[in-house]
Amino acid sequence: MKHLLLAAKTDMSESLRSRWFMVYTLVFGGVIVALFMSGLTESRVMGFSGLSRVLVTYLQITMAILPVFVLITTVRSVAGDREAGVFEYMLSLPVSLFAWFWGKMLGRFVVVFLPVFLAMFAAVAWGLGRDIEIPWQQVIYYTGFLLSLAWCFLGIGMLVSTLARSSDVATGIAFIIWLGLLLFMDLILLGLLIRQGLPSETVIVLALFNPMQVFRTAAMMLFDPQLVLLGQSAYVILDNFGKQGYILWALLYPVGLGTVCAWFGYVMFKRSDLP
Amino acid sequence: MGISFKGVSKQFRRVRVLNNIDLDISHGDRIALVGSNGAGKTTLIRCLLGEYNFQGNISVDGLEPRANRTDVLKRIGFVPQLSPPLKMPVGQLIKFAAGVCQSKPERMLEICNLLGLDVEQIKRRPFNKLSGGQKQKLLISIALGRDTDLLVLDEPAANLDPEARHSFFQLLAEKQQHAAMIISSHRLDEVAALVNRVIELDQGDIVLDDHVADQIDLDSVLVCCLKLNRSDSAFAETIREWGFVDSENGLVWRGEIAGPDRLRFLGVLSRYAALLKGIQLDENNTAGGADVQAHTA
Repeated sequence: MKHLLLAAKTDMSESLRSRWFMVYTLVFGGVIVALFMSGLTESRVMGFSGLSRVLVTYLQITMAILPVFVLITTVRSVAGDREAGVFEYMLSLPVSLFAWFWGKMLGRFVVVFLPVFLAMFAAVAWGLGRDIEIPWQQVIYYTGFLLSLAWCFLGIGMLVSTLARSSDVATGIAFIIWLGLLLFMDLILLGLLIRQGLPSETVIVLALFNPMQVFRTAAMMLFDPQLVLLGQSAYVILDNFGKQGYILWALLYPVGLGTVCAWFGYVMFKRSDLP
Repeated sequence: MGISFKGVSKQFRRVRVLNNIDLDISHGDRIALVGSNGAGKTTLIRCLLGEYNFQGNISVDGLEPRANRTDVLKRIGFVPQLSPPLKMPVGQLIKFAAGVCQSKPERMLEICNLLGLDVEQIKRRPFNKLSGGQKQKLLISIALGRDTDLLVLDEPAANLDPEARHSFFQLLAEKQQHAAMIISSHRLDEVAALVNRVIELDQGDIVLDDHVADQIDLDSVLVCCLKLNRSDSAFAETIREWGFVDSENGLVWRGEIAGPDRLRFLGVLSRYAALLKGIQLDENNTAGGADVQAHTA
């Protein structure tokens, strides 16, 4: 346990000094600032205004950029560290591979999640300061969704880093994964597939197993409980899951997927040449 | 400590880097692992450190490095040839290393001091921002500042100044009572004075395994006096790096060099052979207290 925490702390320290972390923090901080500056809190869409609207918009933007940031930065730094000889030295010290791998995952998770969460927290603090009603339930669920999404893509990133032997290959694979998942969302290919006459069950299964779509649907569900925006597929979701059931799925499935990917990555890491 | 390699082979895709290596290393062995680039030195070391999968068997006191990584690595201090580009601060690196090695940071700091590295000044600086020499000193301190049965050093003194090298040799002299050593280098003359056994690798095969005369004390010092036929600014600059001081308008230079550094020092002097009128090296045997004139010219 001590080694795991040491490894986590080391990775956090490495990440906090990286350029990618500065850019990453600036992006999410910038998004929140931009949302406030655009006067979104004053606008009303579908009876939805104030801080809730800011948070919903923030979540939709986060859904698009958090996965790609997490994937690319994780694979670049982990595979890059291996290429640069960091593993050769650090793994010559008597730290167990379990502590090293999961410590790295844990440390990186904190670093990845914190700026996203803090940006949202800043919005809430701003709301409190201006005496705006805070949608606490939404804030708590959103925090859970963000946790879940970040963990999921971190797990995928760790798997890709283990399988790819160079940071360039790892970056390419990570980008393709992100692009694939982005394409298979209701906004793009899923809509097209329905129009092409693909059975709705297949489309819904695809949607249920795409962590980005799961995140998007769950985020929408909090401000549109009948999922009017989703159309027909809402019946399947609500009939089979119910609102609470789907939210639970949205919280647990990405965590499970991330953990399975990371575990597979760990097994491969343990069996392969380390540096 | 007993280390044995039995039929160790390693292949990267179609390239065979190690061919059926058989090797036994015993307590007290100080091995120069030499060979040109691509000979297999680093691969052999990585197999020993449990970083590579391989065919065959490696045993460190009965433990297999890959299956018993932490138990084996607790007993091995390693200094790589190329410093890792770590961004973490020096202080944190020392704490991390001491934490996982079950040592104390103070022990590592003590070695840093002996090597002339003031950690207090650089403890907040990222490791990758240090100079090559500072990085090397720090990695040596981490390897020597804990209890080990085997030291694996890859070109350890390459970036050290003469004074730090002298301290380093003294530290190795203290360690040699308790630990075996593998010192890797692509040039034998760099490490010849430190070792009592030479193993040469060539394209993955051991082509030489020989014991060598072990007469040089690692902590010995040579008192040196050089006489020139004329003063020379380039020579002055070089020799000052070795801590020499001049008299008689740069015609006579006096200083001390570490015993194991004698070959390296003579190599430096050979570049200025035309300037040299006389060389005197007197071994100051600290153990016996006797002065032995080693070489005069």
